[in-house]
Amino acid sequence: MNFDWSDDQKALKGEARRFLDERCPTTRVRKVLDDAATLYDADLWKQVAELGWVGAAIPEEHGGTGLGHIELCALAEELGRSVAPIPFSSTVYLFAEAIMLAGSEAQKTAILPKIAAGDLIGAVASSEGPGGLTPGGLRCKVEGGRLTGEKLPVTDGSIAHHAIVLAQDGQRPSLFLVDLTGEGVSRETLKTLDPTRDAAKLTFANALAERLGEQGQGLDLLQRIFDRAAVPMAFEQVGGAERCLEMAKDYAMQRYAFGRVIASYQAIKHKLADIYVKTELARSNAYYGAWALASGAAELPTAAAAARLSATEAYDFAAKENLQTHGGMGFTWDADCHLHYRRSRQLGLMVGGPPVWRERLIGELEKRNAA
Amino acid sequence: MDFNDSPEEAAFRDHARDWLKENAPKRDTARARRSADEIVEAKSWQAKKAQAGYACIPWPKATGGGGGTPMQKVIFDQEEAAYGLNFGIFEIGLGMCVPTVLAFGDDATKARFAGPAVRGDEVWCQLFSEPAAGSDVAASRTKAVLADDGSGDWIIDGQKVWTSGAHYSDFGILLVRTDPDVPKHKGLTMFWIDMHDPAVEVRPIHQASGGSEFNEVFFTGLRVKDSQRLGEVGKGWNVALVTLMNERLAVGGATGINWPELMAMAREIPGANGEGTALKDAGFREKLADWYVMAEGLKMTRARSMTALSRGQTPGPEASVGKVVSALQLQDMASEAMDRLDQFGIIDDPALAPLAGAFQQGYFWAAGLRIAGGTDEILKNIIAERVLGLPGDIRVDRDVAFKDQPRGA
Repeated sequence: MNFDWSDDQKALKGEARRFLDERCPTTRVRKVLDDAATLYDADLWKQVAELGWVGAAIPEEHGGTGLGHIELCALAEELGRSVAPIPFSSTVYLFAEAIMLAGSEAQKTAILPKIAAGDLIGAVASSEGPGGLTPGGLRCKVEGGRLTGEKLPVTDGSIAHHAIVLAQDGQRPSLFLVDLTGEGVSRETLKTLDPTRDAAKLTFANALAERLGEQGQGLDLLQRIFDRAAVPMAFEQVGGAERCLEMAKDYAMQRYAFGRVIASYQAIKHKLADIYVKTELARSNAYYGAWALASGAAELPTAAAAARLSATEAYDFAAKENLQTHGGMGFTWDADCHLHYRRSRQLGLMVGGPPVWRERLIGELEKRNAA
Repeated sequence: MDFNDSPEEAAFRDHARDWLKENAPKRDTARARRSADEIVEAKSWQAKKAQAGYACIPWPKATGGGGGTPMQKVIFDQEEAAYGLNFGIFEIGLGMCVPTVLAFGDDATKARFAGPAVRGDEVWCQLFSEPAAGSDVAASRTKAVLADDGSGDWIIDGQKVWTSGAHYSDFGILLVRTDPDVPKHKGLTMFWIDMHDPAVEVRPIHQASGGSEFNEVFFTGLRVKDSQRLGEVGKGWNVALVTLMNERLAVGGATGINWPELMAMAREIPGANGEGTALKDAGFREKLADWYVMAEGLKMTRARSMTALSRGQTPGPEASVGKVVSALQLQDMASEAMDRLDQFGIIDDPALAPLAGAFQQGYFWAAGLRIAGGTDEILKNIIAERVLGLPGDIRVDRDVAFKDQPRGA
C-alpha cells in the first residue's frame, strides 16, 4: 500500500510552500483584488513557469518537465492554499490537458512548449449563459472554419492567448482552438465574485477556428477534460480548506470572549472538528483522483467526481465557517477570510457546480451497474 | 501513489491466501450471531490461526503472537474477510484488554494470560462504563476497599454497563474507585477479574432496538487479590488511557449496508411522482451522490492509514474520522431508505422488508453506534483537542474530592 505522497513529492510540496509563503502572501493577492486594471500577478506567473510548475505534467519532448500528474496535484494543493492570483487552473489543468488529450501532433508541438515556458496563457470556453451546458443551448457555431458567437464567463479570458471553444459544428458540437489575439475576437472583462481571478466575455465574429479532436465529439471531450481538471482543482480546494482551518484555529486561540479564548468553547471546537473531517475526506478522495488521473485508470470519471464533490463541499464549508469563527472581524475587507470565501466559489463553479457533478457521478454508477 | 503491495507484503499475502485456502472452514451463516455454537466455532478458528502464527500477528512470538508487523495483520484481515470469518468476539480482548494486561501486569500475570487469549481459549471484556459514568468514564463509582482481614485482598461492589460480550467472557479489566477523598482522576485503580466468580452477575440489557447485545454487570462483595491489580493504586486512570487509546483503533466505523444497497433498493421501487423508479428522483440522486463521496472518502482514508503502517509509521490523526462520519451516515441512509419505501418503510419484518429489514435494523444500530466507543460529541472534542490542539474544557471537578462532587440522580 503506497497511497500517500512519496518523500520526493513531500519535498516538492515543501519547496512550493516556502516559495509561495514568500512570493505569494495575501498582500500580493490583494494587489490583484484591489486594482481592477491588474488581472493577474504576472511576475508570479513568470516565476512559477521558470520553476517548471506550469509544465509539470507536460512531457519533456514537448518542453515540459515531465514530473507527472501526482506532482502537479502536490503543487496545486499549495497554490490553492495561497489563493494564488495566476491563470494556473485555466492554462494547466484545462487548456494544456485538452491539447494533450485531443490535440494533433502538430498542435501539441506548436503549443505545449509555449505553455510550459509560461509564454502562452490558455482558456477553455464552454458556458454561454445561466445553468449547466446543454447541447441544444449552444449558440456558438463554426462554419467554414470561422467561429461566431459569445462565451461567458471564460476564466482568464481577458489575458489568455488561446482558447479552446465548444461550438456547433454541423450536427453536433466540436472543440475548436482559437487564437484570441487574431481578428474577429473581442473581449470584455467581467465583474465576478472573485476578482483575484480573471473572467471575460469573449465575442467571436468570424474568428479563425481550428478543430481540436474529432468532429462532433466536443461534449464528450469537454467532459473528459473536466474530469482531468477536476482532480488538481480538488487539490487546490483541499489546500484552501486546510488554510481556512488554520486561520480559524489561530484566530479562535487568541480571541477572548466571556473571559476565555473562544477556542475553548465546544460550539467552536466542534465547528473546527467538522472542517477537519470534511477536509480529510476531501483529501482522501483527491488522492484517489490523483491515482486515477496519473495511472490512466478507467475509474477516472467516478474518482474525479468524488474528488470534485468532496473538495467543493470541504472548501465551501471551511471558507464559510472560517469567516463565521472570525465574527464581525471576519466580515471586514481587511481580514483575509473573504479571499477564501470568494475563491471557494470560483473553484467550485469553474468546471461545473455540485448538482451537475452529482448527476454525473450517479450516471456513471448506473452505467457501471448496467455493464 | 498506488495501492500495490510491496514485494514483502505481496509475498505475505500469497502465503496468507494459500493458508486460508487450505485451512479456512466454511462458516455456518445460519447460526445466530453470538450463539453458543458460533462462539465454539470462533474459538476453534482462533486456535487454528494461533497455531499457524496468524493470530495477533504483530505481537511478539513469546506472547503467542505471530512476531509480524501491523501491516501483515491488515493484509491477513483483508484476506480472512473474504471467507466471512471475522467473528468479532476477540477484538475487545485482544485489541484493548490483553494489551493493557501486558503493559501493566507482573511477569506471572502476563505469562498466565497472553497465550490462552491469543489461542481464543479465554475471552476478555472491558468493564469501564457505568450508569453515571459514560462519556465521563473517570466518574466511575464502583468501589474497591481493602478487606479488613489483613489479607491485602480488595472487596468490590458496584455496577458496570454496556459491557460487550460479558456473558461469554472469562475475564475482564475493571476500573474502580479506591479513594473517594481525592479528585476523580486520582482515586481510580484497575484490576483484572474472573467473570465466572459467583460475586459477578451478568444481566443482558434490553436495548432500545429490542435486542440484547450488551450487558450490565453487577459486583456484590467480589473479592480480588492485590496481585490482580494492574498498575499502582490510584493510577487507574493512566491505565485506562492506554486501553482507550487502543479502543480508538479497535472500534471501527459502520459496516454492512451502505450506498450500493440503497442504490439497488431504489432501482426497485417507484419514484415519488409515480413514474420511473426512486433512483431517478433528483432528490434521491443528490443524496446518494453525497453518501457515495463520504463512503469513498472513508475507504481512501483507511488506505492512507494503511500506507503509514506499510511504511512502518503510526497512522496519522485522519484515522479518527471514521466513526463520527459513518455512524451518522448510516442513520441518515436508513431514514432515506424508509422514506423511499414510503408507507411500507415502517415494516421491519425480515420476511417482508427489503434486504430482510437491514435498513430498519440499521436505523437502530446507527443510533447505538453514534454513542458506543465515544459519542459523536466526545469524538469531536478529541479531534479538536488532540488533533487540532484546541484547549480542553474548563473542568469544574478537577480539584474537588470525588465524594464532594455534585451528582444527579
